Amino acid sequence: MKKILALALAAAMSLSLAACGGSGNPDGSSANNPGSAGKPNTDVSTPVDSKSDFKVGAVYITSQNDTAGYTFQHHSGITAAMKALGLDPADLIVVDNVPDNDDTAVATAIDTVVNQGADIVFGISFGYINAMAEKAETYPDVIFSHGTGYMANDTNFNNYFGRIYQARYLAGIAAGMKSAELGNNSIGYVAAYNRQYAETCSGINAFALGAQSANPDAVVHVNVIDTWGDEAKEKQAAQALIDAYNCCVISQHCDSAQPQLVAAQNNVFGCGYNSDMTEQAPGAHMTSAIWHWNVYYQTAIQAAMDCNGDASKFVEKMGGNAYYAGLAEGFVDASPLNESVAAPNTKAVMDAVRNLIISGEWDVFSGVKLSYNISDDGKVEIIKTDAPLMSDGYELKDGKVVEMANPEIVPAGGPSVDDGVIKGSMNYNVAGVIEG
Amino acid sequence: MNDPINVLTLFLFNIVLINIPLLYGTVGEIVVEKSGSLDLGVEGTMAVGAMFGYLAGCAANSLAVGLLVSFLTAGLCGLLFAVLTVSFQANQNVTGLTITTFGLGLYFFVGKGLGERWPAMTGSAALVNGFSAFELPLLSKVPVAGKVFFSQNILVYLGIAIAVLVWWYLNHTKTGLRLRAVGENPGAADSVGVNILLYKYVHLIAGSGIMGLGGFYMALNMSGSFEGSNCWINGYGWIAIALVIFANWNPVLAILGTLVFGFFNTLQIYSGALAGAFPGGLGWLNAVPAQLFKALPFIITAIVLIASSVRKREGSGQPAALGLNYFREER
Repeated sequence: MKKILALALAAAMSLSLAACGGSGNPDGSSANNPGSAGKPNTDVSTPVDSKSDFKVGAVYITSQNDTAGYTFQHHSGITAAMKALGLDPADLIVVDNVPDNDDTAVATAIDTVVNQGADIVFGISFGYINAMAEKAETYPDVIFSHGTGYMANDTNFNNYFGRIYQARYLAGIAAGMKSAELGNNSIGYVAAYNRQYAETCSGINAFALGAQSANPDAVVHVNVIDTWGDEAKEKQAAQALIDAYNCCVISQHCDSAQPQLVAAQNNVFGCGYNSDMTEQAPGAHMTSAIWHWNVYYQTAIQAAMDCNGDASKFVEKMGGNAYYAGLAEGFVDASPLNESVAAPNTKAVMDAVRNLIISGEWDVFSGVKLSYNISDDGKVEIIKTDAPLMSDGYELKDGKVVEMANPEIVPAGGPSVDDGVIKGSMNYNVAGVIEG
Repeated sequence: MNDPINVLTLFLFNIVLINIPLLYGTVGEIVVEKSGSLDLGVEGTMAVGAMFGYLAGCAANSLAVGLLVSFLTAGLCGLLFAVLTVSFQANQNVTGLTITTFGLGLYFFVGKGLGERWPAMTGSAALVNGFSAFELPLLSKVPVAGKVFFSQNILVYLGIAIAVLVWWYLNHTKTGLRLRAVGENPGAADSVGVNILLYKYVHLIAGSGIMGLGGFYMALNMSGSFEGSNCWINGYGWIAIALVIFANWNPVLAILGTLVFGFFNTLQIYSGALAGAFPGGLGWLNAVPAQLFKALPFIITAIVLIASSVRKREGSGQPAALGLNYFREER
C-alpha cells in the first residue's frame, strides 16, 4: 500500500513539474536564463537607437501588478515617464515585494537590477535608505534615486519627495468649508502615524490649517492606527471617529479607500489620499491629496539620460541631491473636486489658494493665516492675516510626548518653517489638532 | 464628543461586528481539529471563501448564493488538505502552510486578474441589505445590550448559531462522539468500525467551509473593496488558530474567546475615543502605547497556553491524535 502511494505521489509530482515547465516556457526558448527576465527585446538584429539603450530599474515594496496603493502609484509614474521619453515601459527592470526592513534583501534586489544593466535605479520605500547609500558607492557608474529618504551624495545618488502638505492644505479647505456648511466643527483624520514621522505630522498639520482657514473653529481629531496599511484598522478607525466625535468629514493618511467607504456608509463626507477616491465613494468623497510621480520620474530619467553614461554628473544635472517639488511643479495636487458633494464655492477657493501657493508668495507653515471673502457672484478674495503659527504645546522627544518650551512655531508674519523641518523633524501638532 | 454611554455602546457593538469572522474561523478549525487534523491553512481557506463567495454573491445578487459558494470553495481547500494528508499522508503542518500560500495567491490572482471588471458591492443590493443591521424584535430595544448583540447583521447571528450547533453536535450526537474518538484515538475508533477516512474527509470539508463563511463575512465587512496590496483576511486566520487553543476546543467558549480577542483588537482603535468619553476612569488609555494593544491578544494566548499545559491533559479539549496522520497498516 505504501509503495503504491509513493509511486502515485512520484507520478503526480513529475506530471506537475512537466506541466509547470510547459506553461512557463511557451516558446521553448531561453529557459533558465535569468538574464532574459524583464529584457524581452534582446534581439540584436533590431536596430536600436541610443535612447532605448538606456535602462531604468526599480525596487518595489509590493508588486508592479497591484491595482492600487503605493507601489501602483510609483509604477504608473515610472512607466508614464518612460513612455513620455520614448522608452519602452516593457524594458523596465523591476524587483517586486522587497521588504523595507531587510537591508540584505534590498541589497540583493539592487544587485539584481544593476546586473540586468540598469542605468538608474529607483528605490521607492523609506527603509531602502541604507542599502541604497551603500550600493551607490559600490556601483559608481549607476545612478541611484531614493524616494522619501534623506541620504544622498554629490554624484550618483539623490533622494526625492514632494510638498504633499500643500495638497493636503487644499483638501483641508474642502473639509473646512463642508464643516462650516454643516455647522459641525468635528473633522476626523485616520493617520498611519502622527508625530513619529514628519511626513504624517506635517500632513495632519497642513490639513488642519487648511480646514481652519475656511472654518476657524474646526477641530481635527486624529486616530492613529500605527501601521501604513491595514484595511480593517483603517475602517475601524474611521468608524471610531464618527462614533466618538460625530465627525462630519473623514480625511486620511493611509492607503486604502476604507475610510471613505465608512464615510459614505455613515452619510458623512471625506478627503482621500494617494488616488482620487470619488469612484469608490461618489456620495461622500470630495477631493484627495495626490501625487503625480511621473513628474519627478520624467525629470530624473531625462537628467540621467543627459549624463551620457557619466553617472557622477546626475546630481549636478538635477540641480541638487534632494528633489523637493510641490504644487508649482505639478508634482502634487488635490484631485478634481467632487462638486456634487462639496460645499458651494469650494472649487473657487481651492483654485485661488492653489494659484497663491504656485506663485510662491505664501506657504502653509508660515506666520500668515488665510481666510476667504466670497462675493455673491462667486468671486474669491483671499485675506491674509499675520498670526503666529502655534503648536498645541506638545512635541515628541525621544519617543515621549513632552510639553514644548515655546509653543509658538513661527511668529506673526514670519516666513515658513524650513523644508528640513517639514521633511524631517516636524514632531508637533498645530493648535486645533487632537489625537485620540 | 458624543454621549459617553453612547460611545461605549458603539465600541462594544463594533467589537462584535468586526471580530465575528474570528468565530467562524475558530469554529471551523475546531471541527477540523476534532477529527485529528491540524490545518494551518485557515488564512488561505478564508481568503478563497471570501473571494469566490463575494464574486458569486455579486454576480447572483444574492446573499445565500454568496454564503453557499464561499462554503463550497473553502470546502474544496479542505478537500485538498484531506487528499494530501489523509490519503497521501503528507505532513499536516507543511500542507496547511501550503494551503495558506495557495489560497492567498489565488485570492490576489483572481482579484488582480479582474482589474477594472471588479464588481462593487454597491452594485448588489442583496449583499448590502443582507449585511445591514437586522434588529431582533423586542431584544434590540434593551439598552446597550440591545444595540451590541441584537442589532447586528444576519451573519453575526448565523455565526453564533453555528457555534452553538457545532457544540451540540460534538457533545450530544452519536456522530459527534465518533468524531471525537477519531481525533483522540483513530486506531480504537477504527477497530469498532468507524470509517476514519470518511470522518476525516467530511469534517475537513465542513470545517473549512465554515472558515470560508468567515471569509465571506470579511469581504462584506470590507465593503467588497479589493485594492490588491492587502488581503481582506489580514491575519484573522492565524488568530483563529490561536483562539482554538484559547477556547480549549469548545465552540461555545470560542464565542467568549472571540469577544475577548475582539475587545483588545478593537480597543487599540477606540482607546482615544474611550479616554475622551471617560476622562476620569479611562484617561490612562491614552498613555498606553499602540504596540501593547497589538500584542495583548497574543500575550493572553501565551498565558492560556502556559495555563493549559500546567493543567496537563486534565480537562484539555485537545484531541490526543491531533496532527498525527492515521495509517491503518501501522496500527
